[in-house]
Amino acid sequence: MLLISPPTYIAAVLFLGLMGFLYWAILRGMVNSPEESLPIVQFLSIFWIPVFFVVPLLTMRSIAGERTTGTLDTLMTTPTSRVAVILSKFTGAYIFYMLLWLATLSFPLLAAKFFPSAALSGSLLEPAPIIGGFTFLALSGILFISIGIFASSITRSQLVAGMLSFTTLFVVIIGGQQLGNIAEGGADLSFWMSEMVSYLQIFQHLDDFSRGVIDTRPFFYYTSTGVLLLGLSTLVIEAKA
Amino acid sequence: METIPSIRVENLTRQFGGITAIQNVSFTVNRGEIVGFLGPNGAGKSTTMRILSGIMPATSGSAWVSGVAVAQDPHLVKQRIGYMPENNPLPDDMRVIEYLRFRARLKGVSSKKLRDTVQEVMETCDLARTARRKIIGTLSKGFRQRVGIADALLGNPEVIIMDEPTIGLDPHQIQGIRKLINNLRGRLTVVLSSHILPEIERSCDRVIIINRGRIVASGTSDSLRQEFLPGNRFELQVVGSERSVTEALNAKGFEIEILQSETLKDNILNLTVRVEGSGELGPQLIAALNDSANCTLRSLAPRVPNLEEIFLAATKRSWEETIDSSKAKPIAIAQS
Repeated sequence: MLLISPPTYIAAVLFLGLMGFLYWAILRGMVNSPEESLPIVQFLSIFWIPVFFVVPLLTMRSIAGERTTGTLDTLMTTPTSRVAVILSKFTGAYIFYMLLWLATLSFPLLAAKFFPSAALSGSLLEPAPIIGGFTFLALSGILFISIGIFASSITRSQLVAGMLSFTTLFVVIIGGQQLGNIAEGGADLSFWMSEMVSYLQIFQHLDDFSRGVIDTRPFFYYTSTGVLLLGLSTLVIEAKA
Repeated sequence: METIPSIRVENLTRQFGGITAIQNVSFTVNRGEIVGFLGPNGAGKSTTMRILSGIMPATSGSAWVSGVAVAQDPHLVKQRIGYMPENNPLPDDMRVIEYLRFRARLKGVSSKKLRDTVQEVMETCDLARTARRKIIGTLSKGFRQRVGIADALLGNPEVIIMDEPTIGLDPHQIQGIRKLINNLRGRLTVVLSSHILPEIERSCDRVIIINRGRIVASGTSDSLRQEFLPGNRFELQVVGSERSVTEALNAKGFEIEILQSETLKDNILNLTVRVEGSGELGPQLIAALNDSANCTLRSLAPRVPNLEEIFLAATKRSWEETIDSSKAKPIAIAQS
């Protein structure tokens, strides 16, 4: 259903257009004033901008849309398990999301083709931050997409699902950062509190990953929360088909 | 296997909060039968069907589909049932053949058999030539309904449950769907619901009338006629008065009751009468009225009550029963 519905392509075009523009803006900024970090690292650090609109657009239809048209009922009468339904919805959206991110790799490739001098200096296609950054995207994608699927499973309206996943993503991404800021401001947090806050620092995770520090805690955070949300979605569609 | 009924339902009850949608519903459907579920809107038809197809659990009671308990093994039951929900939801942006292939795969048809299975159901439902590659959103309602039925037939189910298959169709399309259901006769057990009475009467072997969440009648339309509207009915056209007809017939020993009377023009009456007795009453009535001096018979025809009248009688009776029992102890009344 994902590949034949227009909203998917709208999301894809918006995403690639916006990301292309941002990459260009970063390169321009680099020309004007030299920076320390590589363009790809800067580029990946604004991952949250597209996540806010692409994830809701990709996932809001998944279950809420089926519920509105009533096709969820027909789906439920087939001998497919509910887990399979949720997992296939998730996998579809997740693969598409990752394909979109992989498509953004064409930006540095194009830039390297047109500006061979920059490519020679190795600043455009440095493999380590790309691999680290994309590992981060693949991991955080699990959480983001399952937030979207869960939001879509609990309501009948696509609009509500979209808004719900947008706000939840906002809280998860920005809220974590704000908590971090508060923790840094008031230094009297107990040890476990600051540990917990750092556990939720999505931006910090990205930094670590781009630098090549691959920690197991973010792995655990993204996959466990993702699995939890998908499990809840399964229960929800079982209870209110 | 022959002895196991296709569907057996015992004391099924479903409550939504404080509202009882169906209450102690019990019935059986035998293999190969076409059974019509009849009831006004909100009577509990859809609820019963949804419980049977395993989408919704029942509050209490049990249901078996070809010997398998729905609550215990919904997975197996779903393999044996083809269900077409109310309003027949379909994805608008898929092509007919794509949709049917997708559904066949979901229903566990192996990829070897996929092409043949889909082709077969499309031919049964008359979709193969005309609408094969059309986008579902552009189809007319009749064709959408065919796609829904084709989908229900996929995966070789033993029982087909259709919730209002002819809703919103024009007479031609209704006839088409009826033919289609007739083609399924004998091969499969079909349960369909409707509140369109002639529809059920023409296509079903047996009728189950449900009202306010209870089964109020069940049987062939003939047996229902006997139960709810006993006696023989005749429609007469006479020149004369009601009284003269009654007198003429009473004189010959007929017990009659005039159910309907309509003055057509100048003394000509159109009467619907119920006559007690059995055997060939028609000729006797004609003879009796011929002997009478005060009235002249213009025409006489036996009148078989249609399902509509049976339905009205049955639901009326259940209304009265509900009202009686609610005086004794208040019962939540079905609604949905």
